[in-house]
Amino acid sequence: MSVTIMGGGIPGAAKNEAVARSLGRRRHLTNLFVKALCITATVIGLLLLASILATLLWNGLAGLSLNVFVTDTKPPGSHGGLLNAIIGTLIQTALGTVIGTPIGLMVGTYLAEYSRGSQISNVVRFVSDVLLSAPSILIGLFIYQLLVEPMGGFSGIAGSLTLAVIVIPIVVRTTEDMLRLIPATLREAAIGLGAPKWKMITLVCYRAAMDGIVTGVLLAVARIAGETAPLLFTSLGNSSGLGNLATPMASLPVTIYQYAGSAFDDWVQLAWVAALLITVGVLAINVTARLALRGKK
Amino acid sequence: MQQAIIIPASGRARRGFGDAVFATTARASGGLVLLLLGGIILSLFIGGIAAFREFGPGFVFSTEWDPVHQKFGALVSIYGTLITSAIALVLAVPVAFGVAFFLTELAPAWMRRPVGTAIELLAAVPSIIYGMWGFFVIVPIMSSTIQPAIINFFDGIPVLQDLFAGPPFGTGIFTAALILAVMVIPFVAATMRDVFDTVPAVYKESAYGVGCTTWEVMRSIVLPYTRVSVVGGIMLGLGRALGETMAVTFVIGNADRISETVFGSGNTIASIVALEFPESPQGSLKLASLLALGFILFVISFIVLAISRMLLKPKATGG
Repeated sequence: MSVTIMGGGIPGAAKNEAVARSLGRRRHLTNLFVKALCITATVIGLLLLASILATLLWNGLAGLSLNVFVTDTKPPGSHGGLLNAIIGTLIQTALGTVIGTPIGLMVGTYLAEYSRGSQISNVVRFVSDVLLSAPSILIGLFIYQLLVEPMGGFSGIAGSLTLAVIVIPIVVRTTEDMLRLIPATLREAAIGLGAPKWKMITLVCYRAAMDGIVTGVLLAVARIAGETAPLLFTSLGNSSGLGNLATPMASLPVTIYQYAGSAFDDWVQLAWVAALLITVGVLAINVTARLALRGKK
Repeated sequence: MQQAIIIPASGRARRGFGDAVFATTARASGGLVLLLLGGIILSLFIGGIAAFREFGPGFVFSTEWDPVHQKFGALVSIYGTLITSAIALVLAVPVAFGVAFFLTELAPAWMRRPVGTAIELLAAVPSIIYGMWGFFVIVPIMSSTIQPAIINFFDGIPVLQDLFAGPPFGTGIFTAALILAVMVIPFVAATMRDVFDTVPAVYKESAYGVGCTTWEVMRSIVLPYTRVSVVGGIMLGLGRALGETMAVTFVIGNADRISETVFGSGNTIASIVALEFPESPQGSLKLASLLALGFILFVISFIVLAISRMLLKPKATGG
């Protein structure tokens, strides 16, 4: 009787212990195996990023010179630069941001402040989220139909408007998310002081949500600066007419597209330089945006 | 006294005016978003209507793409779009899961933020850069090493040897899918990480408490809890892959036929639109066909994104 109790009350305890030990070992090994796979996956992800950056630096730095920044794009073999493409990207990105941000801000405000729970706002939110992930090439085709065909040609303004359409949903998402984080007491305090609702939103809510909204705008800038496909249908051009919005306007991504697949070594070299410039710019904006948000939190 | 009455009254009037203007602007902006989506759908449909009218429903099922004889069909591009995205997801989801698992459960605290940021930066790299990188770095590796190895590996196995066959050009559907996978990994990984983080710590601690290993906690607690959102995140990645243009255009080989092997060339809706658009004059049947293709792509992406949003929604607002 006492022997049974000492054995744990289970017949064949010794055998069970062996089973348990082998089971435990198997579980432990499975765990180690999965962990190893996950670490491998992460290392693969990091190596991919490293490979892209290394390729860009290796090929881009070789062609980087002052000439790139002071000369327009030229036919192959005549020592062209990227000046008009750089300026075109800056103008279109800036204009797209300036047009898209206020609209996105107001839509986000509408969703967070004016429509809590209403059916129509759910539709607006859904549509904005669809636009956020919709293929950008389709937005380019839309502006092509809307502006380029009626106006009779590609233009910088069409490119800027395309980018603005891409900016809107990005700003909507961050604005709404950030406004929702603001405590109700802050709003009540403003209303309690007698402020009208629009002053409460602009002077209290926007100010409190400023870091998040700015981050959203920066991320939008980073996104549109590298957009290529939609610009093929809207602002496509090699013209060196700097800053004329009514004519076709060059941009770094479109130049990369045209040059990278060409048969001329100096064009391919310039495409690498353009790729390096745009990637470093985009990643720098991204890192800045994240650091800014983190620093203030 | 009179003064005191007048000032608040006029103040109230101004306040009402300011509020009315602000509220109207906000509502109008909301309406503008709806108009934008409606405008995109309508413009693509109207632009493509000549093609739909000319070829009828057969447009969707025809594999012909013959600019010389003005015969256009969408099936090759639809097939290319779906097959590259499908292969991309098969390749990307396990890696993305591994990254998310690592970032939420395995990585030491100091490592999570830098590694997470690096993965997010991978999502920020413009797609044209992926195209260039794919064309100049991945394609040579594919043609010299990976494709011959895979072809040799599957040689003699009945179905697979036909699927993985053909001359190793380096470009083609499989390479396009590989690049797409690289582009999709950070999106899916970031979504998975965010939803894994919504699992209440108490659940996980309870599982660890009864002796579960890390993997068992992931499989039996975290995954069941977040299953719907994880699928939503994968669909979001699918939405990205379907409409990706520049990266695919560089590496898919751009052929107007359905290849019987995954190493063969092909095209996707986005790549054929980008590539053929410059040679499509205004008002031509070809341009109408491209716009009709755009409309089809929009419908496919819309369905995928709508499902994704529906799946992601409950946890996103509730967690």
